[in-house]
Amino acid sequence: MDKIIIEHLSLQYSDGTESLRDVSLGIREKAVTVLFGPAGGGKSTLLRCLNRLNDLTEVKTSAGRILIDGENILDPKTDVIALRRKVGMVFARPVVLPLSIRGNLTYGLELAGEKRKSKLDEAVERSLKLAALWDEVKERLDDPAIALSGGQQQRLCLARSLALQPEIILLDEPTSGLDPISTGKVEAALQELKKEYTIVLVPHSVQQAGRTADYAAFFLQGELVEYGEGKAMFTSPKEKRTEDYVTGRFG
Amino acid sequence: MKRLFTLNRHLTERLGFSLITLMAVLTVVPIIGTVIYILAQGGHAISWEFLSGFPHDGMRAGGILPAIIGTFYLTIGTAIFSVPLGIAAAIYLSEYAADNRWTRLIRISIINLAGIPSVVYGLFGLGLFVLFLRFGTSILAASLTLSIMTLPVIISTSEEALRAVPQSFRTVSISLGATRWQTIRRIVLKEALPGILTGVILGLERAAGETAPILFTGAAFFLPRLPHSPLDATMALPYHLFVISTQVPNMPIQIQYGTALVLLVFVLTMNVIATVIRSRARARRQW
Repeated sequence: MDKIIIEHLSLQYSDGTESLRDVSLGIREKAVTVLFGPAGGGKSTLLRCLNRLNDLTEVKTSAGRILIDGENILDPKTDVIALRRKVGMVFARPVVLPLSIRGNLTYGLELAGEKRKSKLDEAVERSLKLAALWDEVKERLDDPAIALSGGQQQRLCLARSLALQPEIILLDEPTSGLDPISTGKVEAALQELKKEYTIVLVPHSVQQAGRTADYAAFFLQGELVEYGEGKAMFTSPKEKRTEDYVTGRFG
Repeated sequence: MKRLFTLNRHLTERLGFSLITLMAVLTVVPIIGTVIYILAQGGHAISWEFLSGFPHDGMRAGGILPAIIGTFYLTIGTAIFSVPLGIAAAIYLSEYAADNRWTRLIRISIINLAGIPSVVYGLFGLGLFVLFLRFGTSILAASLTLSIMTLPVIISTSEEALRAVPQSFRTVSISLGATRWQTIRRIVLKEALPGILTGVILGLERAAGETAPILFTGAAFFLPRLPHSPLDATMALPYHLFVISTQVPNMPIQIQYGTALVLLVFVLTMNVIATVIRSRARARRQW
């Protein structure tokens, strides 16, 4: 089942950077879909379209549709707040809010109107366990989140989006600043999470793409070059350009 | 040859350093000098009676309570108008306004507003608040006049404080389903608050020490009682100091310097509070 269907999506920023040209693809439910390719290919742009975070940027033109559960989220009438609760995001650099560990996790829920302490505590524990961070921080939930290590912060960011019980999780190079051990923890968490969630990941390397992808989409300068099952893509790509990139001939 | 050259370079650097240090010391000298001089001249005038009594014998004796209270009222009054307005304007400029002709016009106006001589504010206040709006010579009119003068300081420092909050906090907050306003209220304002407070205090401190804007709008030469309502005129420290220094013959000098000392302490205290807030926030800052 396709959770997200992207139809003829084109987009250009006002300052002329990174754009998307007529991209169409369907993103499978409860699987890890990897968007990979060299920088400037439009992967992050596409990611930011999926939760309408691009609304914050100056977009010159956009066309096409993005259907999530059959609804076009690019429609101006879309409730973007509800959309962002349903589509969580983790950024390249871990940005913890200047709050406690607990405060970071309950932030979104409190904004959504959840006041019951039992519900909030439950969400904190559940999301931290899902992000494989619970054992490391359960004793100090009220410490400032900034005191955590980089790897822990990034897992906190993951937990923070999970706390809202989204259906889709977008990750934009979530491990680019992390050491291999922390990276491994995040990747392992993703393998668990895909049983429940639809995951769209922009990996920070081809190797990571290969390790994590159930499905993979190769982007080059705003164009979707090839899309298919992850294994096939990294062992026997159909397109010459994909093969050249995957084998390291450019990039 | 080469050694001589390096020696030379060391010497130049030393000389430069010494010069800069000297300059730094020189800037401190006038400040300390002024404080010491005023303390020496006005120190003995300070007594409980001076701080809590009314002036008598044509202000040549007694205390300066009405002036202290008046300056206090004026500062509070100025804060009531300028703080909400200034912070709101800063939030608009930093968080909502697009960079276009309209906002550039606003910014230019604010910068120019800061450059207007204070006596011109006084005249403007007289025309608008005292006469046209019929507030009379009153605390209300004077506070409003001081507010206009204070606004540019509050707006520009607050805007700067807001802009210093990392953009990534906003992006993350929005991505978690916060509205723009929730993001501002719960994250941005909280982080910018120390900077905003510093600006507010510096602005109010200037208002507390100004004479010209209140000259025509609210300051009384002499009042035998404390003001009862915002529509009463009031005595104020800076204007009182001006009066007793220039308008009253045979004025005992220690009363003049005593008044100056009280005004100085008033303003310096606000300054110290601002500094403490700023340094505390800096120590606590997490980014």
